[in-house]
Amino acid sequence: MDAGAVTGQLLVGLSRAMILFVVSAGLTFVLGVLRVPNIFHGSLYMIGAFVAWTVAEAFAGHPAGLWAGLAVAPVATAAVGLLVERLLLARLYHREHLMLILFTFGVMLVLNDLVKMVWGPTYRSLVPPPSLQGAVSVLGVALPRFNLVLLAAGPVVAVALWLFAHRTRVGKLARAAATDRDMVDVLGVDVSRVFALAFAVGCFLAGLGGALVAPTTSITLGMDHTLLVESFLIVIVGGLGNLWGALAGSLLFGLTQSLGLLVWPQFAIAFPYAVTAAVLLVRPTGLMRSAW
Amino acid sequence: MVSARAAVVVLAAVLVAAPAWLPPFYVYLAALCLVTGLLAMSLNLVLGYGGLYQFHHAVFYGIGAYTAAVGITRLDWPAWLALGAGPVAAAAAGLVIGFFCVRLSRLYFGMLQLSLGSFVWIVALRWYPVTGGDNGIHGIPLPAVLQTLGGAYACVLVTVASCLAALWFVVRSPFGLTLQAIRDNPQRAQVMGVDVRRHQLAAMVLAAFFAGVAGVLYVVLERSVFPNMLFWVLSLEVLVMCLLGGWFTFSGPLVGAALVVALRTLVGRHTEYWTLVLGLLLILLIFFLPEGIMGEVGRRLRPRPAREAARAPRAGGLHA
Repeated sequence: MDAGAVTGQLLVGLSRAMILFVVSAGLTFVLGVLRVPNIFHGSLYMIGAFVAWTVAEAFAGHPAGLWAGLAVAPVATAAVGLLVERLLLARLYHREHLMLILFTFGVMLVLNDLVKMVWGPTYRSLVPPPSLQGAVSVLGVALPRFNLVLLAAGPVVAVALWLFAHRTRVGKLARAAATDRDMVDVLGVDVSRVFALAFAVGCFLAGLGGALVAPTTSITLGMDHTLLVESFLIVIVGGLGNLWGALAGSLLFGLTQSLGLLVWPQFAIAFPYAVTAAVLLVRPTGLMRSAW
Repeated sequence: MVSARAAVVVLAAVLVAAPAWLPPFYVYLAALCLVTGLLAMSLNLVLGYGGLYQFHHAVFYGIGAYTAAVGITRLDWPAWLALGAGPVAAAAAGLVIGFFCVRLSRLYFGMLQLSLGSFVWIVALRWYPVTGGDNGIHGIPLPAVLQTLGGAYACVLVTVASCLAALWFVVRSPFGLTLQAIRDNPQRAQVMGVDVRRHQLAAMVLAAFFAGVAGVLYVVLERSVFPNMLFWVLSLEVLVMCLLGGWFTFSGPLVGAALVVALRTLVGRHTEYWTLVLGLLLILLIFFLPEGIMGEVGRRLRPRPAREAARAPRAGGLHA
């Protein structure tokens, strides 16, 4: 196995890991603050991809379309999430976990059929603008130019989310409410609004992940199915609610899969699951400290 | 209880007589309801009675079905041997997956199971020479007795009835009662000297076995297997069936499964948006009927003071 192939797969795996990270960061943030395992997170990712495609189509090939899509899609999914949270989910926080999980599953079923109604069952693809087409040479291997955007997006999201959670008032309140909701409530903070905002941030990231993945894959119904399980496992492996844990988990997932392709292509997608199971056996509550 | 017994007798009579007066399609549908009902009831042994977050129960259903299918079509086993091997393989998988999972609690338990289960799903999806990959295996040759709808229906009915009797016996046994004690308060059970993990593991193996039986019966009925049988979406759908019927009741999951299967067929005729209907149904259920149909029926049939008493000890049941 030559070094070039390994470097190439590493870079591809890293790009994949960044997408996974953007999505799982949202999932883990919601899990950490609201303690809700949001199953329709994957649907929002899919909606994000479809919205990005629709916006880019509206620009009819103009290079700005992709960037407009990247901007609009996360806002759209955040709005969908906020709507569901305010109308329904906010009334269920006192219920047991299994009910919350099943509720979000119900929303997933509804959203996925709505996507089928709006966009239909056909495959769509979003062609990146000419400036982002082709390949660049990184460390001596050819990498699709758009992957540079992905590689940059991961760290940007990580830093932005960290700053939000640690340097803004509402972010700090969200973390405080995660630890002790009642205490924050007693101190005169409207916890309900903090939760709503935290949920919207999580959904924003799901849509952003979908918009980022849109130019690299075919956009279709069912694109959320394996991604959802993957990001759930990433969140668990990383430690529930831990942002850096989600980053570590994403890297683990993205890299084991892409390097697995070199070892045993047919079963490459099984590698991350095996590694996740192994990690959970050694460290049942994840690599990093859980927020729970 | 007299009314419940009467209902069981009537239902049994109707089901036994079904092939004589129902059109073949509805006989098939009844068999499918029974198979799915057994799957849901096997899940409820660990979910409702055991309080475990069994997120990927469909894996055992799929393993049972695939074992029978692969045994017959690829390994040239005698058909009856392959059909019998299905539940055993499922139980073995339950033992392996359960061994790792029972060391964790709640959400972590569910997630580890999801991880291990997805691994099995990928094997079914990718191991083309053996499992047929994403096509699955179709047209599995079965013994002559099972090749007619009547034969398959009789096989399904007898097997499901015996399994339900066995499950009834299990939940009433000292083992079943201990399991429920663990669900309501694991710490207390532990302090009283109960080996919590061993009981949970035993429940998982039993549940996996009966899920495997359901998987084999699916092969008997459909003569095909496909990877979606062990996909996580099906697992959640089975959870919904338990919720719909009522997961603190014995018969609830059977009722829920029959309703979902029947609704899917009925709604599927008029619209392609069946999952939308299921999703809305689920959301309504969570808001307005959290104890499920049989839970609600049981509550209404009970005299008033007993209602409050019956609600109280469950409070801790499935809370995280």
